[in-house]
Amino acid sequence: MREPIIPGGISCRELVELVTAYLDRALAAEEMARMDAHLKLCGPCWTYVEQVRTTVRLVAVATAELEQRPDRDALLRAFRGFR
Amino acid sequence: VADLKNPAVDVDAALLERLRAGDEDAFMTLVDRYGPLMLRIALTHVRSRAIAEDVVQEAWLGVLQGLDRFEGRSSLKTWILRIVANRARTRGEREARSVPLSSLGGDEDGPAVDPDRFFGADDPRYPGGWSSPPQSWPEERVLAAETLEQVRAAIAKLPPRQQEVIVLRDVEGWEPEEVSEALELTPGNQRVLLHRARSKVRNELEHYLDGVAA
Repeated sequence: MREPIIPGGISCRELVELVTAYLDRALAAEEMARMDAHLKLCGPCWTYVEQVRTTVRLVAVATAELEQRPDRDALLRAFRGFR
Repeated sequence: VADLKNPAVDVDAALLERLRAGDEDAFMTLVDRYGPLMLRIALTHVRSRAIAEDVVQEAWLGVLQGLDRFEGRSSLKTWILRIVANRARTRGEREARSVPLSSLGGDEDGPAVDPDRFFGADDPRYPGGWSSPPQSWPEERVLAAETLEQVRAAIAKLPPRQQEVIVLRDVEGWEPEEVSEALELTPGNQRVLLHRARSKVRNELEHYLDGVAA
């Protein structure tokens, strides 16, 4: 009988909940190593992490063109009024 | 004490000195530097642009009133951000009272990925492994204008606290510690909010891109 496969001792379902901490390198060294081990062996999780990285990049790109500036004149009037 | 790692701190100190002296140019420099971000944060909590402008103006008055008490223990940007986020929250709550509770969108969040996409924990071969794995996204689709529109829509749907964090982390590129300080969050809560926000945006993107490919 074949053994269950759990790369790095972390299941895929657990891994997706640790991705944010992993990308911030906020996990304990041992846990970081288990994540690395899992990702080396598991294509779908590797794809998942790449998608999260892409998401982060797209969030920045998508909102960059939305930049809006507040009403400068109103603020300057408020500043003069304050003084 | 000069912060060698962060030249912006010295620039801020000089600006603050001029601001305390009532220098309009110093004020407008700060308005140009932090205004767009303040407006964006205000808009995560209130519905209209007019109210957001109001919140930003209130926040600046709060900044000016607090100038003498600002001791530089936090950086200028996290201090300013904290002031606008607090004002925006207060205004947001005030607005929220007049709309039905059901439309507020609760903050109860599920897992990052639909549990149905994994084998059960008791699966003999792949416990907790992917049963419906993610497919890689076609590169040419990723940066398409319609995809970016989906991303904006996904962010707009997030609860305000998650929007604040994803904007500061992923749009502005702030460090986790700076975001925790500005939004008065524990490091753990900061990460949970970011995790939920990114997971939801990724899900929406996947849904959209898989639909396009099909």
